[in-house]
Amino acid sequence: MFRLEIGSYVERVIDWMTIHWAGFFGAIREGLSAVIGWFGWLFLHIPFVLFVVLLVLLAWRVAGKGVAVFTAVGLLIIRSMNLWTQTMQTLSMITTATLIALLIGIPLGIWMSRSEKANDIIRPILDFMQTMPAFVYLIPAVYFFDLGEVPGTVATVIFAMPPVVRLTNLGIRQVPKDVIEASRAFGATGNQMLFKVQIPLAMPTILAGLNQTIMLSLSMVVISSMIGAKGLGIPVLNGITQLKVGEGFEGGLAVVILAMVLDRITQGLGRFRERKDARKHSSK
Amino acid sequence: MPKLEVKALSKVFGQNPEKILSLLERGENKKSVLKKTGHSVGVNHAAFQVEEGEIFVVMGLSGSGKSTLIRCLNLLIRPTAGEVLIDGENIVTCTRDRLLEIRRKKVAMVFQNFALLPHRSVESNVAFGLELQGVPQEDRLQKARNAIELVGLKGYENSLPAQLSGGMQQRVGLARALATDPDILLMDEAFSALDPLIRKEMQDELLSLQDRMHKTIIFITHDLDEALKLGNRIAIMKDGVIVQIGTPEEILTSPADDYVREFVQDVNRVKVVTASTIMKNPDPVAFAKDGLRVAVRKMREASISSIFVLDKDRHVKGLLTIDSAIELLKDNRTDMDSVLNRDILSVGPDTSIEELLPLVINSKYPLVVVDEEKKMIGFIVKVSVLAGIIGEGA
Ligand SMILES: Nc1ncnc2c1ncn2[C@@H]1O[C@H](COP(=O)(O)OP(=O)(O)O)[C@@H](O)[C@H]1O
Ligand SMILES: [Mg+2]
Repeated sequence: MFRLEIGSYVERVIDWMTIHWAGFFGAIREGLSAVIGWFGWLFLHIPFVLFVVLLVLLAWRVAGKGVAVFTAVGLLIIRSMNLWTQTMQTLSMITTATLIALLIGIPLGIWMSRSEKANDIIRPILDFMQTMPAFVYLIPAVYFFDLGEVPGTVATVIFAMPPVVRLTNLGIRQVPKDVIEASRAFGATGNQMLFKVQIPLAMPTILAGLNQTIMLSLSMVVISSMIGAKGLGIPVLNGITQLKVGEGFEGGLAVVILAMVLDRITQGLGRFRERKDARKHSSK
Repeated sequence: MPKLEVKALSKVFGQNPEKILSLLERGENKKSVLKKTGHSVGVNHAAFQVEEGEIFVVMGLSGSGKSTLIRCLNLLIRPTAGEVLIDGENIVTCTRDRLLEIRRKKVAMVFQNFALLPHRSVESNVAFGLELQGVPQEDRLQKARNAIELVGLKGYENSLPAQLSGGMQQRVGLARALATDPDILLMDEAFSALDPLIRKEMQDELLSLQDRMHKTIIFITHDLDEALKLGNRIAIMKDGVIVQIGTPEEILTSPADDYVREFVQDVNRVKVVTASTIMKNPDPVAFAKDGLRVAVRKMREASISSIFVLDKDRHVKGLLTIDSAIELLKDNRTDMDSVLNRDILSVGPDTSIEELLPLVINSKYPLVVVDEEKKMIGFIVKVSVLAGIIGEGA
């Protein structure tokens, strides 16, 4: 049997890119760390009580009383474990990662829905992004972006973006053919079709993609910390490497609480939109 | 100039539709083209004209190409060959912008499954066409409310489509099409998804709207009763070909081929066949000024036992029977006015057999058919009504 030296090709490409695209990666690094830093600054400068009140009100409005109570209790537990700072660091990273995933993912999904060729090309790339073990692209990410939050965020974007792309694509493709046809018959242009018909009708599905993206980005918290990102991954890693079971559990619990709160709120967002529509339309 | 004219329109689905055209020219039909080339013929050399204010019905079995044809009229489907002229303008070759404008302002469409935007209120659905045109919000909502009122949905402006019944949803569809005040309405099986009672209600509603608005309507259906009720003229399609175009009566009384004949055989002729079809020519008739003897001679020559007597304007004065004429002559009198039977019923040429039936049954004498000026144009005896019902001799 002959051996295909895929590994060494990849190494050479990565080396080449590290040297020749240094400026490009530098710019991304600067930009990302500015955004993460800004969110971190924002979240940590909002007083704890105000933060809790705001989030609880949001939860109440979109997801109901139960989720609001859960949010309040959950955040208090996190605070009582002295993990508030780490939680806000993690939150700023996943917020950044999610925003970037949406910014790239939604247009990609729209493109896939409109072009079979784009669909055929992007689909395997998404499979690759989702199934390649995250540790594998953690290493080039460190090459390109050094240690810290930035490579962690990049890896998170790569891992967490596929659902929003897929579900945007799916949502738009699921818009009934006759509605599309009717819009064309009344003289809709491509853009009018997209913004007045396809995206509004696909919105519940796109929101489901957003929810999954947030959940996946939370699952990257510990992995990101292995390359130097601050946040809730640190206590978990300490728990593993230094056998501090208690600290590890507390870190893990904080991740779970954060995940559940964000999950319930984003799920509620989808239902909230529908309820709002219904209320608006039955008010008169 | 006709409002809408279709010339040599063909649509072939498949890999290489242009190539198939030459086969169609040579007279190959849908079945043989499919077998030889795998191409599906949607429409095959369709040609017709629709006048302003007309309801033109296209009827045919499922798969006969009705939907394809109507979609070629606003280019939702681009024809493989042929022309579609709206007010003389060929829309197949016009620019993209012009096409958008035509779709926005001139031609609107109503769909079988309503095709409403589920996330928008009734009002906002109806205003959709105007919104696409860029009409300012206040303006378009005003027009939308007018259209909603027109179709009888006042009070439902803020409902969502899902909160309405099928019939009401199609009213929204109709209002949406009317809101842009188009010249031409395309309706593809617009009432086929509705329950029979609702369907009849919508048909009546469409006719009464049409009385007020005088749109040019292309209406697709696979239902003959609907076609006969709505259509000023009907085109019958088979395998992409228009096999006959005519008024409802022409279709019923002289079907072009077996396909059409099969279509019309079950129809309720009583509702459709009218006096003008079954009436007999008013020949001979007698004129009052010619006197009794001429009348008697005419009866004898035609060997009939009674004759209608008309004045100089061809208004019917009455019916003269041979018996009373002979009585009169015996007495050496000629004033036939005194013996005319005057309780003669007259009907218009558009009276259906359904309406004629009770009249003809209760009347001793034939019915007289008169035009708007009350001039006699024909008469109807019991036996012609019966013949009309069973479809003979008409
Ligand atoms: N997009 C399409 N691709 C291939 N064949 C089609 C397509 N649309 C319609 N056809 C074919 O064209 C013919 C006419 O269809 P259609 O116009 O929908 O008929 P109708 O509306 O009278 O039921 C059918 O044989 C159908 O299979
Ligand atoms: Mg059809």
